[in-house]
Amino acid sequence: MIGQALNRVDGPLKVAGLAPYAYEHWEAGQPLYGFIVGATIGKGRITRIDTEDAEHAPGVRMVMTHHNAPAQGIRDESIPFEYWRAQPVLTSPDIHHYGEPVALVVAETFEQARGAANLVDVEYARGPGRFDFAAFEDEAYVPKVVNAGLPTDTAVGDFDTGFNTAAVKVDERYTTPYEFSMPMEPNACLVVPRGEDLTVYVSSQIVDAAHASIANTLRIDPARIHIIAPYVGGGFGSKLGIHAETILAALAARALSQPVKVALTRQQIFQMVGMRTTSSQRVRLGAGRDGRLAAIAHDVTMHTNPDMEYAEQTAATTRSLYAAPHRLTSHRLTPLDLPRGEDVRAPGEAPGMLAVESAMDQLADELGMDPVELRIRNEPTVDPERGVPYSDRHLVDCMREGARRFGWERRPATPASVREGQWLVGYGMAAAIRGHFQAPTTVRVRVAADGTAVVQTDMTDIGTGTYTILTQVAAEGLGLPPDRVRIELGRSELPVSWGSGGSWGAANSSTAVHRACASLREKLLDAAGSDTRSPLRGLDLADAVFSDGNVRVDGASEALSEIVERHYPDGVEAEGETRFMGDDPNYTDYSIHTYGAHFAEVGVDADTAEIRLRRMLGVFSVGRVLNPKTARSQLIGGMIWGASAALEEEAVVDPRSGAFVTRDLAHYLVPVHADIPDVDAVVLDGYDDKANILGAKGVGELGICGAGAAVANAVFNATGVRVRDFPITLEKVLPGLPPMGI
Amino acid sequence: MRPFTYERATDARTAVGAVSRPGAKFISGGTNLLDLMKLDIERPGHLVDISRLPLRDIEELPDGGLRIGAQAANSDVAADARVRTRYPVLSQALLSGASGQLRNKASTGGNLLQRTRCPYFYDTAAGCNKRNPGSGCSAIGGFNRIHAILGVSDSCIATHPSDMAVAMTALEAEIELLGAEGSLRRVAITDFYRLPGDTPHIETVLRPREMITGVDLPPPPPGRQLYRKVRDRASYEFALVSVAAIVSTDQGTINQARVAFGGVAHKPWRSIEAEAALTGRPATMATYRAAAVEAMRDAVGQGHNNFKIELAKRTLCRTLAQLARES
Repeated sequence: MIGQALNRVDGPLKVAGLAPYAYEHWEAGQPLYGFIVGATIGKGRITRIDTEDAEHAPGVRMVMTHHNAPAQGIRDESIPFEYWRAQPVLTSPDIHHYGEPVALVVAETFEQARGAANLVDVEYARGPGRFDFAAFEDEAYVPKVVNAGLPTDTAVGDFDTGFNTAAVKVDERYTTPYEFSMPMEPNACLVVPRGEDLTVYVSSQIVDAAHASIANTLRIDPARIHIIAPYVGGGFGSKLGIHAETILAALAARALSQPVKVALTRQQIFQMVGMRTTSSQRVRLGAGRDGRLAAIAHDVTMHTNPDMEYAEQTAATTRSLYAAPHRLTSHRLTPLDLPRGEDVRAPGEAPGMLAVESAMDQLADELGMDPVELRIRNEPTVDPERGVPYSDRHLVDCMREGARRFGWERRPATPASVREGQWLVGYGMAAAIRGHFQAPTTVRVRVAADGTAVVQTDMTDIGTGTYTILTQVAAEGLGLPPDRVRIELGRSELPVSWGSGGSWGAANSSTAVHRACASLREKLLDAAGSDTRSPLRGLDLADAVFSDGNVRVDGASEALSEIVERHYPDGVEAEGETRFMGDDPNYTDYSIHTYGAHFAEVGVDADTAEIRLRRMLGVFSVGRVLNPKTARSQLIGGMIWGASAALEEEAVVDPRSGAFVTRDLAHYLVPVHADIPDVDAVVLDGYDDKANILGAKGVGELGICGAGAAVANAVFNATGVRVRDFPITLEKVLPGLPPMGI
Repeated sequence: MRPFTYERATDARTAVGAVSRPGAKFISGGTNLLDLMKLDIERPGHLVDISRLPLRDIEELPDGGLRIGAQAANSDVAADARVRTRYPVLSQALLSGASGQLRNKASTGGNLLQRTRCPYFYDTAAGCNKRNPGSGCSAIGGFNRIHAILGVSDSCIATHPSDMAVAMTALEAEIELLGAEGSLRRVAITDFYRLPGDTPHIETVLRPREMITGVDLPPPPPGRQLYRKVRDRASYEFALVSVAAIVSTDQGTINQARVAFGGVAHKPWRSIEAEAALTGRPATMATYRAAAVEAMRDAVGQGHNNFKIELAKRTLCRTLAQLARES
């Protein structure tokens, strides 16, 4: 079963509209609707907030502001992971960023709540805000650590000497903009109070984090909180933690003793949910004429909210990517009065590889060397900063296979040399690498006397395919057809996982299910082997095979259900788990990553500089693939986001107000179907025995890593214009095109 | 969204009567108005639904022109065989706009009256003279990449977002209006739209309670037609710059030309300067470049949108060259 392209087991429910999302649960009857009012200044204080008109509007049941919001827990920095911490709202008249919630209006209908929200009258005293990244870039400070607990700076060898004496040098600056996750389903929550208990239907990637965060914020017994998140409409990092919608729904539901639900509008997500930080990156490469790197440095400055530090690990991947004796990486932060930075798909790698892989392309161009060959020449034998071996590194295989499949040999060797009608045509490539993480996860697998199995964990399926792959792993582990396996996810009463995030979800939960099934097989064989009623008694059960609902040894066979029914009439269960990677020696002894190579062909209109992707191929190495269909879907989704980061996506802050100007999907552009004509992902066969017993690693974020750089490099190859400020919109290319009609 | 009442009009005359209520507004496809109501930008207290009025037909006119009913859906107009053969620039413009779903809902009259996509117009907390007269223009000195380069004022630098209206401008369409007293009048499309001046909230010469009943296209001018739209992605996006051009040549000499730009001004921008620079000249790139210079002689950038001046010139040259190649 594992490795087969099983269709999504939840697919029929989803296409029929029968998979309920957080805002769509009706078990508790008609809820009240909350609508959040956001601040319209970027920094300062509320001097007066008049809610009277709103309170008297039709259907309004409550208006909550900092005057009447209940006391809440504070962000406790001693809780090691931020998404588990309290997320207090409406705590004071102080405004920390534009759009920060200043009131919640609760009414009988959504329209009433939204209409009354317009009647909340707020006066502010504006403070001097810092909103302009470029203006304050030079005031950056050194954070203690960066995201995921990684070191802020690293240094190997003597960079200055290595770089200064190099025959060929690249020293360039790159900028990347604010970007948002923007899943299809907005951040949303329905809270149902029942006595002292709260049932919370929430769009969350990590149930345990939502559970703890709500308990810590509301300061109530975690046992009183019941999270339900069976289906989540995308996350990309924006639902690792809960946000104001969840806390406000919970506060209002408790205050009114009625169910209350709150969803953010698309515009509100741009102001109330964190984003990928904007970055300014300096990349220095020093190489010999043979292309071998002597020195590599990646220095990054990003923005952070002053109260909630977030340091994206943008230079971290550079530590493991290429060999070079002399190396530097650093991260700096400049505080701005903007929403905090948060994890957005492939935090670190996505913006960082845009810069580094663009720089590598420039180096190849200056050397007159094929970009694939340049990368192959800098393939390390051990992790160049940690000094440990790689577990299963196949970057070169990905590049070679990708080059072959893509027809890379047809790449124009000279930039701006191929024209097809109106189009200047170019090819580009980039490498992909992403660290693989393992986090603690527990699952329970239970087999009933009728021979059906149920897998239970608070793991989530955020559209990635968790239901499907766990069905496959359990079906294989117990030798059952997949339709006899049921998966229960997304409830806080179930065994605790680290949910979906960091691309760890599939490997964590699959490994845990695999182990639970192994324990169950052992229990059942023990029972059968000593049972006089079993045809398996006395046989060497080490060779037992579980398949088609039967247990077979040496021609003898017994139905799984019969064994269970006789020995465990009430069913039998076992738990399986994974450990935190820090407690697993493999993750210390090896450098464990996933890899890939992206190849892109673009056309650039010779007159207008419109850039259109023509085709894109990614070849990846991710260990063992659990389900090629769901894995491919993840990978091409990431690649498309990479193309988007290269060409379209940018959230623009107005430095006068601190507001995001481009705060809907009409102004914050992402690709439409017509932009993505032909994208394919190929995964090499593999098995990483250091990652886990299944040999599987994460795929969710790998697709975006380096993808944008392949597109950017193709734009250079097409036009000879190198744009280092992303996204590459047409006005940045236009000045480099030849004049019209020459 | 604020509470509102709703009625469906059964004929055009009762519709203009019904909209006389204070705060009343017509609604047709609703593809723009409903969004603006949700965002508290439009606040009608009463909606008069005119989408089912018998104004959906596309009919031949005695002079060889074509009459498009105000309620004809954008997708129906784009697909009409007569439009496609005689007014291809209009069909191309319509199909380059919005998405299939929106074109199915959007009406001809509603398309003419759609509001700007200036992000500050969409932000009720920002100053915007168009949304809230006297509150200032946040786009001036703000993020103005998509804004106007021609005909701007100190009050407003917004653009008109329609593609259809740009093609209709090149075709010298006339707009038929039904007044509150039941009288009909006709206005040339170039006179229908106003430049922002110091009253950017007044976008057209439409009088209170007046309703668009149809658009008359004169017989197609001689020559070939082309609509070229330049945008940030391949579909479902407004024009950074667009050009509607109709050019007739005789033995290599341009004897008649029509040029209108989209994405550059508060209204579809007919460039009589470009047309004059083309007429009587050889159909060569040198002529096109001279026309482009004339078309953009008064263009002024606002910072982020400076590129539009060069882009508009290039797009015009390219469109004209393509027309010449295909003729």
